[in-house]
Amino acid sequence: MELSELWFVLIAVVFIGFFFLEGFDFGVGMSTRFVAKNQTERSVMVNTIGPFWDANEVWLLTGGGAIFAAFPHWYATMFSGYYLPLFAALLCLIARGVSFEFRRKIKNERWTNIWDWVIFISSLLPPFLLGVLFTSMLKGMPIQKDMNMQPGFTDFINVYSLWGGVTVTILCFLHGLHFLTLKTDGEIRSRSASLAKKVALAALGALAIFVVLSWIMTDIFTVHLVPELALVVLIVLAYALAYYFVSKKREGLAFTMSGLGLAFTVSAIFVGLFPRVMISSINKAFDLTVYNASSGAYSLKIMTIVAVTILPFVLGYTVWSYYIFRKRVTDKEHLTY
Amino acid sequence: MDPLFLARVQFAATTIFHFFFVPLSIGLVFMVAIMETMYVVKKNELYKKMAKFWGHLFLINFAVGVVTGIIQEFQFGMNWSDYSRFVGDVFGAPLAIEALLAFFMESTFIGLWIFGWDRLSKKVHLACIWLVSLGTTLSAIWILTANSFMQVPVGFAMKNGRAEMNDFLALITNGQLLVEFPHVFTGALCTAAFFVAGICGYNLLKKRHIAFYKKSMKLAIIIGLIGSIGVALTGHTQAQYLVKTQPMKMAAAEGIWKDTADPAPWSLFALIDTKKQENKFELNIPYALSFLSYSKFEGSLKGMETLQKEYTEKYDSIVGEGTNYIPPVKTTYWSFRLMVGFGAAMILLSIIGLILWKRDRLVASSTFLKFLVPAIAFPYLANTFGWLMTEIGRQPWSVFGLMTTADAVSPNVPAGMVLFSTIIYLVVFTILLGVMVYLIIREIKKGPEEVQGIDDKLSTDPFKVGA
Ligand code: HDD
Ligand code: HEM
Ligand code: HEM
Repeated sequence: MELSELWFVLIAVVFIGFFFLEGFDFGVGMSTRFVAKNQTERSVMVNTIGPFWDANEVWLLTGGGAIFAAFPHWYATMFSGYYLPLFAALLCLIARGVSFEFRRKIKNERWTNIWDWVIFISSLLPPFLLGVLFTSMLKGMPIQKDMNMQPGFTDFINVYSLWGGVTVTILCFLHGLHFLTLKTDGEIRSRSASLAKKVALAALGALAIFVVLSWIMTDIFTVHLVPELALVVLIVLAYALAYYFVSKKREGLAFTMSGLGLAFTVSAIFVGLFPRVMISSINKAFDLTVYNASSGAYSLKIMTIVAVTILPFVLGYTVWSYYIFRKRVTDKEHLTY
Repeated sequence: MDPLFLARVQFAATTIFHFFFVPLSIGLVFMVAIMETMYVVKKNELYKKMAKFWGHLFLINFAVGVVTGIIQEFQFGMNWSDYSRFVGDVFGAPLAIEALLAFFMESTFIGLWIFGWDRLSKKVHLACIWLVSLGTTLSAIWILTANSFMQVPVGFAMKNGRAEMNDFLALITNGQLLVEFPHVFTGALCTAAFFVAGICGYNLLKKRHIAFYKKSMKLAIIIGLIGSIGVALTGHTQAQYLVKTQPMKMAAAEGIWKDTADPAPWSLFALIDTKKQENKFELNIPYALSFLSYSKFEGSLKGMETLQKEYTEKYDSIVGEGTNYIPPVKTTYWSFRLMVGFGAAMILLSIIGLILWKRDRLVASSTFLKFLVPAIAFPYLANTFGWLMTEIGRQPWSVFGLMTTADAVSPNVPAGMVLFSTIIYLVVFTILLGVMVYLIIREIKKGPEEVQGIDDKLSTDPFKVGA
């Protein structure tokens, strides 16, 4: 395997990490309006992700940084081309980041309520926008010979990309509900579980439509038929099992399944792209690929050494922090946020 | 409007804003870590209170620091895509490493620290705050590695029309980094020290929580002294390096049009006329510039006229004929003066603080305490002017000697989009700053006892939400 191919895989892994982790904290943020009945319950829910959300978000920053370092042209084309959706996503992340810290700095119901709405909206929009971004990448964007694009509105907003956005949002929502069944107790736990069952069915439905749309609108099934079909089977299996496990009150397994479901979905997107990183809808010759968009061999070698050295430590202390905060969060205890 | 101009405004505004929070985060978490260490070693509850109270203020600042940083990470691709294509091979690496090495560490251990007070043993909890401190410092090192490459490009070769990395070691031992990081770090220490000192000064004037604020003040004086003297010494090494690597920036910072006399005087004040390329009035300190540049009382510096000729010969083949290599002189000149001026004021205040402490008159001397409150702004201003000098003095270059700022901007992003996003960022940032200052003032008014008290009340009765 060439180093640039390895980096494509590594970047996929980072985005899988991102959706697996930040996916559930986006989902918890969404649940604050669908599961919680009052402010105390919302506080409990926010505190389940309190120690984790920031580190989860760093997976996205690492993904961005890794694309920059390993595929400068991909980074340049994607970020300048997707200006508006990225700008909107960044605004959400800004608002979200401070709202956890701010929401109960003043003990006043109205104050907290404002920030809770910010949390809800800014947890709902980013997965949607990222879903739109990734699916429209699969469909192809008007990339010109000089590797730049000036997409029109319908290039990123169309039936396919909107549906992709909706699907990713639902998947994150479900993942968040499963996290809540694991990390809370009593009312919130049971309400999350029963909502999760409905959302799991919705997820299966959304995914089915998404697969059909992908078949019509993209070339991923012609380029990589077997792996993509295998992934579709795995995705369906994961969500079917998620539904089953929630019904059986096996919350840990249900959470694992919705996590795997997200992981397989992200894999399907990356497999569909490979070996391209950005597909040109104008001309195949203008595609950015892992070969023509990557950094030099030296740079990639250094980055590989660095990543392989540091990543185990990151994973180690991440796991440790989840272990430290393994207990269920209830309103009987001191709630920091 | 010109997208280049707008992209520059956006970069300047958002980084300056980000760097408003960065130094306080770096410096204050370091101080909090010291406080908690004292608590663990001496077992004095007062130190725990200090760690908690200043920790609270740190966290509010940290949150805004984090979210303003996120946009920086993506801005290179959004507004400076040609720049990203050109140097991504070299420049992307430190950014990716920063995320992997520093941001994960910061964010994970800050979570453990905030939520871990009664879940972790004292020593492990202490280790967490030190790891956060290490994380912020590593973050500074790696981002400054990237920035140093723009000031003094090393460790690369031109290949396929872009800069490709060929020597990672050279990149991370860049001389510019070795002088820039210590300066930025000591600047961060100053920021935290004067922030703490100002708040202590205010409360001691009001005679509130005297024991608490007096102890905090003593730590602030020590850190302030180390920081402000350190920042001057490291600034001195930076100036020396600057004369060698970016003589044009130095000449602009000094308002030197023609080569100086030997020994060179340091200009304290000058009325600069950039059109006629001369100074109408100068107030000079003899010998001082020679000393700043070479650590001895002799040696002259080249002026901008000479340098423009030299640069023309060297670089016109890269960037096109007739390029003006002289940066905005007045801005560079005055930024430098103001930075140094505030630095000097901080050294003075720290020394006075030390003397008063030794005479045990910290609480009694109300003039000094009154001075400390506005002095909170000094390091903020010095930091901002320092960056203005560094970045504006580098113009017209984006990467010195390789790429101009004009060539760096995204060719495909319309001006309207940049204008729109800049306006929204500014509005959002203003709101954030307002809320943050409001919250910090509230915490200060509540005082150390209350911050603790509220925590305790909460743990027994989480249902009481009203203020
Ligand atoms: C000398 C220090 C320094 C400088 C020059 C910069 N930063 Fe910064 N940055 C930090 C020091 C720092 C920090 C101390 O690590 C922060 C500030 C407060 C904080 O919470 O972490 C941070 C936060 C921060 C974050 C959020 C990290 C997280 O989620 O935990 C990002 C993505 C960036 N920065 C990116 C940048 C970029 C792309 C910069 C260049 C334009 C930049 N920063 C300049
Ligand atoms: C956080 C502290 C920093 C501040 C306050 C700051 C300030 C500025 C300012 C004022 C400009 C605009 C100059 C002009 O257009 O006239 C600028 C430009 C720029 N700076 Fe910095 N800077 C900081 C750190 C950095 C770092 C760490 C990097 C690199 C990692 C960087 C990279 C750039 C780039 C790419 C530009 C745009 C191109 C240019 O105008 O040269 N800056 N910065
Ligand atoms: C007291 C005497 C000081 C001297 C002689 C000095 C010198 C310098 C020089 C020469 C530069 C430009 C370096 C370059 O462009 O490569 C610089 C930049 C800077 N200064 Fe200072 N400085 C002083 C005080 C301060 C103080 C008090 C602060 C803040 C607390 C500060 C913060 C900065 C910052 C943030 C930068 C930009 C980053 C960098 O290039 O290091 N400086 N300083």
